[in-house]
Amino acid sequence: MKICVLVKEVPDAAVEKRIDPSNGRLDRSGEKNLNPYDTHAIEAAMQIREGGAAEVEEIVAVTMGPESAVRALHKAVSLGADRSLHLTDDALSGSDVAATGYALSKALEKEQPDLVLLGQQSDDGECYTIGAVVADHLKMPSLTQVIKMDVEDSGLRCERQAEYGYDTVQVDLPAVISVGDAINEPRYPSLKAIMGARKKPLETVGSGDVGIDSSKVGEEGSRVQCGDFHDPEAKPPGKIIEDEDTNETVEQIVAWLEERKLI
Amino acid sequence: MADVLTYVLHYEGAFNKNSLGAVSEGAARASEIGGECHAVVVGGDDLSDELCQSLGAYGATKVFRAKGAEGLAQPVVDVMAKVVDEHGHNYALFGGGLLGFEIGAGLAARMHAGVTMEVTGVRAEDGKLVAERPILQDSKISVSRYQGDLGIIIGRINAFEIQERDGGSAEVVDVDVEYSDWSNKAKMVQRGEQRGADVDIEGADILVAGGRGLGKAENFKLAEELAGAFGGNSAVAATRAVVDAGWYPYAAQIGQTGKTVAPKLYLAAGISGAIQHKVGMQTSENIVAINKDAGAPIFEFSDLGIVGDLNKILPKLTEAIKTKKGG
Repeated sequence: MKICVLVKEVPDAAVEKRIDPSNGRLDRSGEKNLNPYDTHAIEAAMQIREGGAAEVEEIVAVTMGPESAVRALHKAVSLGADRSLHLTDDALSGSDVAATGYALSKALEKEQPDLVLLGQQSDDGECYTIGAVVADHLKMPSLTQVIKMDVEDSGLRCERQAEYGYDTVQVDLPAVISVGDAINEPRYPSLKAIMGARKKPLETVGSGDVGIDSSKVGEEGSRVQCGDFHDPEAKPPGKIIEDEDTNETVEQIVAWLEERKLI
Repeated sequence: MADVLTYVLHYEGAFNKNSLGAVSEGAARASEIGGECHAVVVGGDDLSDELCQSLGAYGATKVFRAKGAEGLAQPVVDVMAKVVDEHGHNYALFGGGLLGFEIGAGLAARMHAGVTMEVTGVRAEDGKLVAERPILQDSKISVSRYQGDLGIIIGRINAFEIQERDGGSAEVVDVDVEYSDWSNKAKMVQRGEQRGADVDIEGADILVAGGRGLGKAENFKLAEELAGAFGGNSAVAATRAVVDAGWYPYAAQIGQTGKTVAPKLYLAAGISGAIQHKVGMQTSENIVAINKDAGAPIFEFSDLGIVGDLNKILPKLTEAIKTKKGG
């Protein structure tokens, strides 16, 4: 079995995110990191490999993004991927969700994976949907928000929470599965793995190398334009208590509740 | 003419509330751009003529009905793609929920359409629909405008209000669809399994909700004792993370795939306040949050926030409330 894991470089959680007013895109300068949700997808791939129900020949980390995204690939490799594929091209810049999913699907076609895994969402774009876009282009069955996944015969038995409770779905391979963060506890990379990550094979490809139709990507190929960024209606900020003396804190809480006739 | 196509999810013979909200919203907006609102339903024999016609009460004029697998997104993409191809709808609109996200995204790929998710508002502008979605942890609103033949709008949970009117019966049109190979490669083994005890949180006036910050399943007793101290109509609720981890029953879950509540008091213990949780409780009358992380998003929408260790605070708060109640 060959598994491709889609990963993404996102602004570090500690960095305040903002919109660049000059182009209306997320300002992606500043510290970057591997999207924390993706680490669950890499861990899921590792657990299939270690679980023994299927023989995993290769785990490939795949990303689309600028040069700096290489660091996310290094991190993915340090967490267990064997090698990585970096799709990078100025022509892809400004792609919306549908265009990004299309471009990624072309890179994946080159790899011919049996299973594509990804995290449930990116920490910055909060879109939750790239897996479903990729799956339609690859003509593969797909599920998102999977929290339990077992390899069985030629397919996967997946569990997830949907609108009416927990669903169990049998999915044939090849498939695209986005995993929820409840699926596992990602491991920490060893120092040796971190040091060795740069030595693992990393292939860089452009749009032309994977047959991307340039009319379907970038700002031109995107069918939704985002703009008019504005502040939401703000709720007045609530009262904040820093707990130093717990007895005093509790007195304050009780007084606040009494004032509102909640006790 | 600019028609809006919505997808309406159903389960055990009843339509999903978020889907009905989408039909209501679709009908209201379509009328502003000179079009109609139609609906797609996919399922088995429980989709009776009568049930489908009843969508007329929410403003749908036509219901496209296809026989197919329930609870999975990709068969619905096949149906909606066919209906849009044949009828030329300009917008596809989904209520909040897991399937809407998956179907909307799949349809965007199939039709090379623009898609916006987590939408909280739709409005007409120069004969077109634009969608507003909060971004960057709800700190900004972004406005989406569409190009091409089809624009796809996926709502946030509870974003669209249900508007029921008297009368109104939708025309039911049966659609024959040849499903894609890949749509047949996922099969529902079991749907809608309830895990854990059946608890009622929707009717409670006071909810003490626990999240991952409680640290372990056993610490839910701190939340239960506090709810007990309030007495009366109080209950304990939980976040998706701890329900998925098996710490608390599914029936107690608040948020995106759980329940929506609006009690008089919502006391969140060890809950960071992710958007998926926020959408299920933000209309609570009073929100109190206890969290050790001063940067937790929940403090941005709580009325009273306590930055501290809930293992220290909850037991003392429970005692203090008991004393008040007793005295």
